[in-house]
Amino acid sequence: MRYLPHSAADREHMLGVIGAGSIDELFAPVPRSVLGTFSPDLPDHQPEFGVEAHMRALAGRNHAAGDGPFFIGAGAYRHHVPATVDHLIQRSEWLTAYTPYQPEISQGTLQMLFEFQTQVARLTGMEVANASMYDGSTATAEAVLMARRITRKNKVILSGGLHPHYRDTVVTYLSGEEGLQCLSPSPEGQGDIVDRIDDQTAAIVIQTPDFYGHLRNVSALADAAHEKGALLIVVVTEIVSLGLLEAPGALGADIVVAEGQSIGNPLTFGGPYVGLLACREKFVRQMPGRLCGETVDAEGQRGFVLTLSTREQHIRREKATSNICTNSGLCALAFSIHLSLLGEKGLTRLARLNHSRATALADALAGAGIEVLNRTFFNEMTVRLPQPAVPVVEALAAKGILAGVPVSRLEPGKPEVENLLVLAATELTTDADIAALVDGLKGELA
Amino acid sequence: MTTRYTTDHEYVRVEGKIGTIGISDYAQAQLGDIVFVELPAVGASLKKGDEAAVVESVKAASEIYSPVSGTVTEVNEALTDNPGLINSDPADGGWIFRVEMSDAAELDGLMDEAAYTDHTA
Amino acid sequence: MSMNAQGRPTAPAPETRPAASGPAALLPAEPLLFEIGDHDHSGVDLPDVEISDDRLGGLRRKAPLDLPGLTEPEAMRHYVRLSRRNYSIDSGMYPLGSCTMKHNPRLNEKMARLPGFADIHPLQPVSTVQGALMAMEQLSHWLMELTNTAAVALSPKAGAHGELCGMMAIKAAHEARGQGHRRIVLVPESAHGTNPATAAFLGYAVRSIDANENGTVDVAAVKAALSDDVAAIMLTNPNTCGLFESQIIEIAAAVHEAGAYFYCDGANFNAIMGVVRPGDLGIDAMHINLHKTFSTPHGGGGPGSGPVVLSEALAPHAPVPFVTRDGDSLGLAEHAGEGSLGRLTAFHGQMGMYIRALTYMLSHGADGLAQAARDAVLNANYLKARLDDLFTVPFDGQPVMHEVLFDDSFLKGSGISTLDFAKAMIDEGYHPMTMYFPLVVQGAMLIEPTESESLQTLDAFVETMRELAEDAKAGNVGRFAQAPMRAPLRRLDETRAARQPRLKYQPLAAAAE
Repeated sequence: MRYLPHSAADREHMLGVIGAGSIDELFAPVPRSVLGTFSPDLPDHQPEFGVEAHMRALAGRNHAAGDGPFFIGAGAYRHHVPATVDHLIQRSEWLTAYTPYQPEISQGTLQMLFEFQTQVARLTGMEVANASMYDGSTATAEAVLMARRITRKNKVILSGGLHPHYRDTVVTYLSGEEGLQCLSPSPEGQGDIVDRIDDQTAAIVIQTPDFYGHLRNVSALADAAHEKGALLIVVVTEIVSLGLLEAPGALGADIVVAEGQSIGNPLTFGGPYVGLLACREKFVRQMPGRLCGETVDAEGQRGFVLTLSTREQHIRREKATSNICTNSGLCALAFSIHLSLLGEKGLTRLARLNHSRATALADALAGAGIEVLNRTFFNEMTVRLPQPAVPVVEALAAKGILAGVPVSRLEPGKPEVENLLVLAATELTTDADIAALVDGLKGELA
Repeated sequence: MTTRYTTDHEYVRVEGKIGTIGISDYAQAQLGDIVFVELPAVGASLKKGDEAAVVESVKAASEIYSPVSGTVTEVNEALTDNPGLINSDPADGGWIFRVEMSDAAELDGLMDEAAYTDHTA
Repeated sequence: MSMNAQGRPTAPAPETRPAASGPAALLPAEPLLFEIGDHDHSGVDLPDVEISDDRLGGLRRKAPLDLPGLTEPEAMRHYVRLSRRNYSIDSGMYPLGSCTMKHNPRLNEKMARLPGFADIHPLQPVSTVQGALMAMEQLSHWLMELTNTAAVALSPKAGAHGELCGMMAIKAAHEARGQGHRRIVLVPESAHGTNPATAAFLGYAVRSIDANENGTVDVAAVKAALSDDVAAIMLTNPNTCGLFESQIIEIAAAVHEAGAYFYCDGANFNAIMGVVRPGDLGIDAMHINLHKTFSTPHGGGGPGSGPVVLSEALAPHAPVPFVTRDGDSLGLAEHAGEGSLGRLTAFHGQMGMYIRALTYMLSHGADGLAQAARDAVLNANYLKARLDDLFTVPFDGQPVMHEVLFDDSFLKGSGISTLDFAKAMIDEGYHPMTMYFPLVVQGAMLIEPTESESLQTLDAFVETMRELAEDAKAGNVGRFAQAPMRAPLRRLDETRAARQPRLKYQPLAAAAE
């Protein structure tokens, strides 16, 4: 077995030192009735090429996004990741290090996290950011809990434009608790969230660009929330949008959470991704997750450590701010490397390019007589088809075109969304892709 | 003016109806450098044994339980910027909060200086 | 007040630094990205598109991004240099107890990068991702076979998320049975901090159970704590002292008899995979850290992946999504039916980690996994046998499993703490063991070698540890109190970091304000 260094002689020698007759003797505390009394329905070990053949066969049964025209977004986006990113994150020292609990020999990871926190704070326009969360949806749930701790109020209102999976995740996290209000889906960008804010409201949660692609007026919502002593939580699922849109922090958001996948991380069927969480400095002790801070060593040299750990489960146990125990280290690294490569110049260009491709898509769809519901968007929009969207998407998939996400997949049993389709364009979307989509849609709708 | 101690290392220094509460020199030495103090709200009503404050060192957070019942009249705001006062001057500058005591008889159940010294020996 | 007896690192007084152990060119300090980057530099070539009629509704960014960029060679150098300031499994033994730092095979990485896995979207029509769903189904099959359980929830993002999932399933099951009044969860003192944090998160009162003098939990102690108000017990097995809970079958029976459920923290499943099936022990839910037991990389602190296996009783309460099968066609149940605890995250969980774990399982096979567990146990017992005359073993009643626990009594009177000892290990080229955990012993040192270490490596480690222990006993305090002296940095001032938090880079001018 190629991963196990011991020879039979090594094992014999070691048992001799231990004073045991066999390895089975070392399992003496295990009740005999359950020790090795089964034979699993599983294969024995295989050479590397055998495993590779098995996995390649599975991978070969999937239609990869790069195999044809592709318009799926809805919280995960297909962007180009520079080769440098994937090369660097596979270096042993990044890939196979643990959480940096011994700072003297973990300065690589710690400095990277400090840079990551700074990048996220600047991108979102907030004062502090943590060292990452599992993903955008769980970060949203944690932000809601955080807002309730800060305000000591219970009522939280989720906008109808929030990604339905994010909403469902918050519902699960708060199951059994009172005070959560989920507004109905708002595919046309409508919403009455402002009217529902009252003195009992801990926070309102809005997404921009929202699930349907509409851009939300963060300033107005911030003012309305703050007037009643509530916090504004802004969710961003397409982080590239902040290259072109004003930072939520500059518009009055109190907590910003985001899915960082778009920068540095492949689609990978939904994970692992990287959740971003940033907030005002005064809330830092109520933040969940790891934080990295600057300090000095015994000789006065600059260095970095995990800090404010007393918020966390390994110290506070049942009084911790969250039970979270990992961050999304390697995905945060990929994010940070990609964002360093982009820089201000690159991210601005990337965002403009995305918007430009989306504009071309919207115009082509409208030109084909398809109803686009968005007056505003970044790189994603919602169309209303004259018939249910699911069969149309299935038919186009059979032709190699992945045409977007039928809203009904995330919002089942709601006739009002049955004909809606959410489509995204990115820098990878070509004119030929758009033409193929529009032709395909015309064919199905005829 | 008398000072009484709990087995959990809080002290209460009594002046009339007012009790000033902090942690003992022994406790601060055990905890190491204090980096943050979570203070109670002025006006809060506490029962003896209630969790009133939290002192944090780098790797530990310790709850401070009120040694007596009463209403919080004052908190030591200086600890917000300088939590190290608990280390450098636990008995004086490092006090944490003051209460107007509602039941002076509760003091009888606490240790005096000599008993506390024995307790930590 | 409550006193917490964990480690309290503070910076020692500076002393003259000894001669550097290697050429400075190999380990230079690296400036921050914000000190070397430039707003005009970029490592990505993109067309500069002008947008004449934007659809941004006047919400276009006005504030500058203030993000420095690096060209490709600059980025390469920055991140390579930073990486060299990290210890890693690939560079040396990483005996962190409870963390399972085993070898991470590179075939796992290669497979996860196949476009058929890396370049597929979670919301593609299921007809276009049949291979991905098969991979998830196969991983589930392996996990259920290895644990003898009825169901598995793949979606939890990490171990702690898995705990949340398992405990939510337990809560849902109680509510479905009209037992929602049960408010207490039993957790031994030796548990990972995530256990009480998870129970408290769900509104349960945490009641702690004492271990016996051998470091395990007695069924009598559990029985004494059980009542109609107890919802569950959360027990780690093998436990965090590295010991198999030998009364676990009786404990499970008592828990079930009291109408409660048994949550097993599976963080240490690597010790028994393929050898003991937790389902045979009577557990109802257990998370499995794919990044510990099944070799997916730790990545400097994540991403993890924490699938949860569930008993027959809890299976109806599993979260969505899960893979369904109709003949040859696979599907996804994405919406919570009656009884399901709901959705724990967007999309379907950590697919990239599923692929790596499945690759690892196929490489080892059932026979290899069992051998890996047996070798892990052999290695831990070998370290114990070779060190227990110098180090002190708090619980010596039975063989250890995959890790061996020492306490600090062998350092008594030396003026050297567990922390000092650990920092001295760094100077000898080793990552320290886990310290001050579990909390049940004073100055804990928890050493987990894993199956990946050869006899030669273990012997070299033993020699170093013995030499350090002897030096400590001889009273050579300076070597320990000043350590590390050969790392890129000396001991860091954690007090300063916590008292004056600096959590992001600020240029000098702004910082001076």
